[in-house]
Formats: sequence, structure tokens, C-alpha cells
Amino acid sequence: MARNLELLVNGVQHSISAEPARTLLTVLRDELDLTGTKYGCGEGQCGACTVMIDGIATRSCQTGLSAAAGHKITTIEGLEQQGSLDPLQQAFLDVDAMQCAYCAPGMIMSGAALLAKNHNPTEAEIIQAMQGNMCRCGTYPRIVAAVRLAAAKSRRSVA
Amino acid sequence: MNFRIEPERYELREGPAYDFSFDRRGFFKALGGGIVVVSLITRAEAQESGGGRARGRSMPQEIAAWLHIDQNGAVTVYTGKVEVGQNARTNITQAAAEELGAPVSAIEVVMGDTDRVPYDMGTFGSMTTPQMVPQIRKASAAARAMLPPGAWSSIDFASIAKQGTLLQAVTGDAKPKATSSWTVMGTSVPKVHGRDFVTGKHRYAADVKLPGMLYGRVLRPARFDATLGSLDKTAAEKVPGATIVQDGDFAGVVAPTPHAAAAALNALKAQWKSQPQTSSKTLFADLERNSAPESRSTHESGSIDQGLSAASHKLEADYTVAYIAHAPLEPRAAVAQWDADKLTVWTGTQRPFGVQSELAQAFHIPEQNVHVMMPDTGSGYGGKHTGEAAIEAARLAKGAGKPVKLVWTREEEFTWAYFRPAGVIKVRSGVDAEGRLTAWEFHNYNSGTSGIHTLYDVANQKIVFHASKYPLRQGSYRGLAATANHFAREVHMDELAAAAGIEPLEFRLRNLKDDRFKAVLHAAADRFGWGRRKPAAGTGFGIAGGFEKGSYVAACAEVQISPGQAPRVVRVVESFECGAVINPDQLRNQVEGSIIQGLGGALFEAIDFEDGKILNPRFSRYRVPRFQDVPQLDVVLVDRKDLPSAGAGETPIVTVAPAIANAIFAAGGQRLRAMPLVRSRINPTTSGGTAR
Ligand code: FES
Ligand code: FES
Repeated sequence: MARNLELLVNGVQHSISAEPARTLLTVLRDELDLTGTKYGCGEGQCGACTVMIDGIATRSCQTGLSAAAGHKITTIEGLEQQGSLDPLQQAFLDVDAMQCAYCAPGMIMSGAALLAKNHNPTEAEIIQAMQGNMCRCGTYPRIVAAVRLAAAKSRRSVA
Repeated sequence: MNFRIEPERYELREGPAYDFSFDRRGFFKALGGGIVVVSLITRAEAQESGGGRARGRSMPQEIAAWLHIDQNGAVTVYTGKVEVGQNARTNITQAAAEELGAPVSAIEVVMGDTDRVPYDMGTFGSMTTPQMVPQIRKASAAARAMLPPGAWSSIDFASIAKQGTLLQAVTGDAKPKATSSWTVMGTSVPKVHGRDFVTGKHRYAADVKLPGMLYGRVLRPARFDATLGSLDKTAAEKVPGATIVQDGDFAGVVAPTPHAAAAALNALKAQWKSQPQTSSKTLFADLERNSAPESRSTHESGSIDQGLSAASHKLEADYTVAYIAHAPLEPRAAVAQWDADKLTVWTGTQRPFGVQSELAQAFHIPEQNVHVMMPDTGSGYGGKHTGEAAIEAARLAKGAGKPVKLVWTREEEFTWAYFRPAGVIKVRSGVDAEGRLTAWEFHNYNSGTSGIHTLYDVANQKIVFHASKYPLRQGSYRGLAATANHFAREVHMDELAAAAGIEPLEFRLRNLKDDRFKAVLHAAADRFGWGRRKPAAGTGFGIAGGFEKGSYVAACAEVQISPGQAPRVVRVVESFECGAVINPDQLRNQVEGSIIQGLGGALFEAIDFEDGKILNPRFSRYRVPRFQDVPQLDVVLVDRKDLPSAGAGETPIVTVAPAIANAIFAAGGQRLRAMPLVRSRINPTTSGGTAR
């Protein structure tokens, strides 16, 4: 049975009527029309559906609605602040870390969550953190470069 | 050498049958004032590119591409090619900007929209760069000649547009700018619309949403080639809002949410009838046994028997290549909407006009009633030539009387799409005392003809493709059979070099006349340090080279082996030459991507099947390359400004597997003759994201 739930997405409170067993992924995409979060496998293997919940990179295809309710959800659409891109989004553009770019939103969410915890990740730490994100086009080296570039730029702007 | 080129048998290239009238003035007038240039090709060229029979299209077959410049100086280029991650959109934008002398930002490219762009057979075979880019340059150069001289920003486009629609058609060879004076082409223009992708704004087909749209699911048979015995819809019909659609063996559901659609689908009770089917365990024996002895594509020169009797070393070996899946990260998806007998479909496909034909046929409506739109898509790699999802979505939408979105699940994508053909390749060869090839006999069973011919210099050769009765639906794939044929050829060359006691690079050079081939081998070897560096214990170096679709490639690989563990690819250096480079950074990106995707097919990807079922239809059971699998990569671009540009999306994949196999052998490992080289079910742990 459908139930009413409150979801806090990108700083906006939404009242949703949906079956609690539905995944966060389909509610974001189909109810809130936040289609930047992608479906790639539905089994937690590809990372295309990655969002942040309370700052932690989370597979929205593996997250039930009731588990998401009451937490702070950030999707790719919520990274841009007043028209300026998150440093990692900008770094993806700077190093052209994409081909078809279908993986890019999930990659950026995983990478941004990592950078929030670790301002200066090593290559090994980046690979470790992002191993669950798949890029079938094979842009991995560029994605690593983009995360490093974003880290370096943020360090510079803090300094 | 003059080989009969056989069209690749797994490319789909039929065009429709008639060409009816086209109101050219009327069509272009609707655009409003400004300059319109259409780039025409001859009827013969149109036929060659598959557009020869374009029935009832909105535009006649001779139009290859066209562009419009409006009163603000905004340029719109129209092409039937599509963007699937190979960055055709960016390259075409660069070509127009270059010839027009316009900024990149002034140019918008409309791609793959069947109502607005000229017919195009499809985006595959690395043809956009050699065939479409010159047409765009031709039209743009002609448009430039219609404009007053001076900087783009100084042109009064408004007064030009006031004169109405200035229409010009260009044919034959235009004189585009010399490569030496390029300022936009040849530079690393970033991906067009890049910002829309990193912000999640770009709408792929699966992201399209229409008012009143419902969600569809299709009932899949338990096995391939099954027919529906009976269908009990009682329980499914009770799911609130669900509609069941049945048409012969096709059955599906639509519902207001994906969740309800899944519930209705699960509630359908079907009985399927099927025959027993074969298994991947006997695949290679089956392909060989069920094959035709000879084929149209047999190439023969000299005499194999004579060649072998002149040889001081003879060799015979068999190679196999498994079925693999494209597994594009965006699975097939379509949104379909009917308006009386007019159908509009958004779908991710490499052949929008092919899908238009399929839809027209499936629903018995004229092609001009079908409008297919192709938003830039989550890749294809040759896997999205067909319109299954579009047809299914349209059938569901028809049954529901509402627009319907259908997104294939990953399991459906792994099961009901098509695969890169598996194959068996048998090679027989000989070399003389000087290490020169005396005989080369090469039989490919089922995998295909791309890249089947050898560029090595050998007088006595016999090269045969054997069509076979195949167990799984198979079709195009990045590089097609060139990967299988290069794998067999380049591993076999290595085996011959070892038999003759000659260093592998030297052995190849000794048997080559083609300078472009030699140049890429040298380029990769130099960068790698081939012959200068000594491998560490347990490590080996391998080399492989090749040619396909107008471009040359060579790779050197360093692989580490240790007992009881899967070999580790430490480093890959690949050199690539595709004529004049249009966009160096994006070319590098394509080559890197090809190498990494190639690692999957080389090392671990294989489809397992049994009795009409795919046994590993998920990413948890079908391993694809991930971050940890990526070796140190080094790409060497050989830029030949004096040569026409060739496509680059495919060929760089072909040398990956043989270079790695040869390196494993050099490291002291086995001589591996089967792709994938290392069958590993182990899926590296997917950490980094949590589930709740
Ligand atoms: S869709 Fe969630 S991990 Fe693949
Ligand atoms: S860019 Fe295509 S999947 Fe990553």
C-alpha cells in the first residue's frame, strides 16, 4: 500500500505517496523527475545510481524509501550551487572525463563524497573508493585525474 | 593486393525501397530566412552508403547533410549520424566551425531525428569521420562563400535573412581548408554540451517523461525460441492501474509506476513451449561442425601446399573467441507515443532510420508516420543497431492508449539484445630459414570477416570465412570480427617467431612491406622501450599490430604472472594512426577507452549459456573492467596530416588481447589461444557505496 513519506532532496522537502518498498532510485527519477541519477543494473554493481545520503555515497537502487526518509539526500542536480559547478563537476569538464557520460553523475557523486571526507586522496584511495562505479566506455584514468584535479584545486583555494 | 571486400555480414544495412517526391522549397522555407546549404552526394554514392532506397523520407536520398544559418548567425547542422559517446557531435561541430570561420558556440548539431535530418544508414563501421565529416565541411565551405568576407562577428546576418531563404546545393568535391591552416579541427575542443552531462541535465532516452505516461514491462520467455502456450492474466489484472497487453507471443504490462508494472508482470502466469538447446560447453565444436565448407569470401593466391613444402618451420593452431555482451551502461530504453496512426518514439539507437523502418513494418504503417528521435545515448559499441525496445514500447503504448516508457532491466539487456559472435579460427602456416612467411592458411568459423586479411607479405595464402549455424542472437560489436581475427593472427605470428627463433618485432618487420604498419609498430615499441628494457622475473612483454577500417594500430603489453593468481596487466602502450587527427584529446580518450574495454574481452568476459538460457546475465556474474583493472596506459598518436581522417572508435581495440597473450607467454606462462585468456568468476569487491 502506498504511504505518505517525507523526503529531503537537495534541500527541498517533498511529500511523496508511494509504496515504502520502492527504491529511492525510482522515486527520484519517476516521481521527482530527477533523472540525473541513472539506472544501470539494479543490483548495486555499477554505481550509476549513486547519490549521497547524509554525505555518504549510497546506491539508490539498493535503498528502500523508508530508509531514505528523514535523511539528507543529495543528487547530481543538487551539486551545482547558484549556477557554479562543484569543483569535481568542473574537473570532469576540464579533463574530459567522459565519453557517453552515462556513468558521470554516479562517478561524480562517489568522487564528491570521497573528497568531502578526504581532501587529498591518493590514487589508490580513489580507486578503492570508486571501485564500485563502472564506466563501460573505459574513461577510468580520466576520472582518477579529475578527482585529483578537483582535490588539488580545492586545496589551492583553501590555502 | 586486391581483395574482394565483402560487406561485413553482421552489419545491418538494408534501406527501404522507394523514393517519393520531396518539396524542397517548402521544406526549407519553413525554417525562415537565412542561408541553407545542402550537401549532395550522387545517387551511386547514396546507394553505396545504404541510402539508395529511401522511401517516403522527408528528404531525398542524395542529401547527405545540410545546414542553416539564421538571422542571428546561429548555425544548425543536420545529420543522420548519432552521438553514442564517440564524440561525433564534437567532431562535426569542429568541422563546421572550421570551414565557416565561426566560433564553436555558434554551432548546434541536430542528430538522428528522422523528421529533421537526411536519411542515414546508421552510425557504425567508423564511417562518420571519413564520410560525414567531409560532407559537413563541403556544405560549410559553400556557406562561407555565400557570406561576406570578414570576421564572423562582423557579418550582418539579419539583412541576409531578410532576403529570404538563400538555398544552395553543393555536389562533388569541395575544396575544404588545407590541414595546415586548421585552427579548430586538429585541436582539443572539449565535449560539446559537456556541462549538461556533468550536471545530470542531459536527458537520455530513459529520462524522457511525457504527460500521462505509463511504465511498461515485457513478459520474457523462460528460454530462447519459445512460444507462448498459455497465459493466465487473472492476478495481474487485479494490480491497481495495470493493463495487460497481449499480441501473439508478445505479452506485457503497463502501469502508473515501475513498481506496479513489476508487480503486474510477476503476477502473470505463463506456460512456454521450447525445444532443447545447446550449451556454451560445446560451443566451439558445434560452430565448427555446423559450418559451411567454403564461402563467397574465400581468398586464395599461390599454393598453400607449395608454401608449406618450402618452409623450414611449420605450425598449426586453433584459436577460439567466446560470445561477449556489449553491456552498455544505459540499457535499451524507449518512450513511445501514438497520435491516431502516427507514432513518435524516443530511443537510444545507432540506426534511427533503421528503427523507423522496423516500427513501420511492425505496425503496418508508412514510414513517414513514424518519427524516431535519438537523444545522445549511453553508448552502444555496435550493440544498439536494432529497435526491440522501441517496438515493444510502441506495442504497449498502443494497447494502453497512453504514452509508455520501457527501460530494459540489466538482465534483459544481457539476455535479449545480441552478442559479439563467438568463433573458432584455425591457422596453418610456414616460414623459411630467413624467417619469411611461405604459407598462410586462415579459417574463421562464424566470428566474421572484418580484419580477416593479413597485411603481412605472403605469396601463398588461403583465407576463408565459414558461416555457421549459431546458437545465440549475434550482431555487430566495436571492431566486429577484427578483434578475433587479429587475436588469432597476432598470436600465431608470435608462435611462428618463437618457432623460427626470431625476436617478435623483428619477425613482423621482416614480413611487412606496408610503411604505415611499420610506423605504428615502431612508435609503440619505442615508447615502450621494446628491446631496451629487460622484463623483471615473472614479467613478460608482448607485441601485436594491425589494420582495420582505414587505421593502423600497434600495442605493447607488460604482464606479470605469479603461480595461482590471475595474470596482471601492468602496462599497455598503444600507438594509433588514423590519418589527420581531428581532435587529439578526444582521440586519446577513444583509444584509452578501447584499450580498457578490450581488456574485458581479452581477460575475462564471456557469456555462458545452456538450453536457451543465459547463465550470467548480471554484472555480479559477468565481469567487466573496473578501476582496479586499469594498467598504466600510454597512447601514442601518429598524426598524418597528409592523409584523410579515418574513424577511431573501433580499431584501437583489436591489438589488446594478442599483445597480452603474447606477454603472458613471454613471462613464462602458457601459450593461450582462447579469448578470454583468464576465465575468472571472481568479481572484485564493489566497495565505496553502501546499501541501506
Ligand atoms: S543501478 Fe544501482 S548500482 Fe547499478
Ligand atoms: S562514459 Fe560511457 S559509461 Fe562512462
